[in-house]
Amino acid sequence: MFAPASRKTDVPSALRRNLVRLAPLGLLVLAGCAGRDDLYVLLPGKAKTGALTVTSGGERRVLDQPYAAARVTRTGSVNARVTTEAEVRRAFGPALAAQPGRPVSFYLYFLADTDEFTLESKQVVNQIFAEIARRPAPEIVIIGHTDRVGSVQYNDALSLKRADRVREELRKLGIPKVRISVAGRGKREPEISTADEVPEPRNRRVEINVR
Amino acid sequence: MRSVLISLALPIVLTLGAASAEAAEDAGHIKVSNGIVQIERSGQRLPAPVGSVVQQGDLVITGADGSVGITFRDNSLLSVGPDSVLSIDRFVFDSTTHQGAFESSLKQGTLAVVSGKLAKQSPDAMTVKTPAAILGVRGTEFLVRTGQSKD
Repeated sequence: MFAPASRKTDVPSALRRNLVRLAPLGLLVLAGCAGRDDLYVLLPGKAKTGALTVTSGGERRVLDQPYAAARVTRTGSVNARVTTEAEVRRAFGPALAAQPGRPVSFYLYFLADTDEFTLESKQVVNQIFAEIARRPAPEIVIIGHTDRVGSVQYNDALSLKRADRVREELRKLGIPKVRISVAGRGKREPEISTADEVPEPRNRRVEINVR
Repeated sequence: MRSVLISLALPIVLTLGAASAEAAEDAGHIKVSNGIVQIERSGQRLPAPVGSVVQQGDLVITGADGSVGITFRDNSLLSVGPDSVLSIDRFVFDSTTHQGAFESSLKQGTLAVVSGKLAKQSPDAMTVKTPAAILGVRGTEFLVRTGQSKD
């Protein structure tokens, strides 16, 4: 009939613990009464539509179709539905209008095992300067790439050397005063997929990303 | 084996040792700024015109007529509508390997996202939080609205 003494004293403290635990929940419920107005929408991508996972209160939904949408209700559950372009424009107009211009890449190509670029590449430079001129607060990122001949370390160094060389050339050609950064991707991102150790001129390039 | 150990140890060393250096590095730049746009950094509010730097730890805040567009170092594009608060919780990007992390929180308002190189390299690299949910990004464009409803 009698609970052990230790248990007796435990009951009130367990109750207190539970009350303490429940207090934030009560606040959540009160806040929830005001109602949430959350909406998450997956847009069709330029190349492909990706996916968005929405996790709320232990519930998980995957949005993977264009204009798939999720609403989070006042109880915290996730309701999925499909919205429209017109609805999206109404709800997100100013945020969409403030999107920065998409970054654009230009490519300069190199002679094998050198940091000398080909003649036709020099014409691309004018296009790069025009792109810089039409952007607010423009930046350029000069990214070196190599073909897959040689080790990762060798190609990392070579790609960076090519990128540095292009930075020097652009400076000599009087590039406008913009933020320039340099990166070497080595052989990680070939334009043309090849087996390792295959020479491929189209992979020996420097990418000029203007943003 | 040694290179595996080094590559495992390096991020830990960077996380422990260079938290301030990491924070000081530019995460992105403001390309579009309309109406009232401010950045809160170390407790101070600064105006945020076109060309301003955005860093890890910043709060980006817009007024009732404000909107702002930011291009990050990995080419992620984030733009925010009026009456919004966006926190840049974490931004780490290795321009050689494209490894890193981009974590942000929309506290209130509207946000449009075009994911960049981080999300393309690894599906778990980019997350956006709201007070109600966590969004995981699988290389994509999406919209987020969060706040209390008016009724």
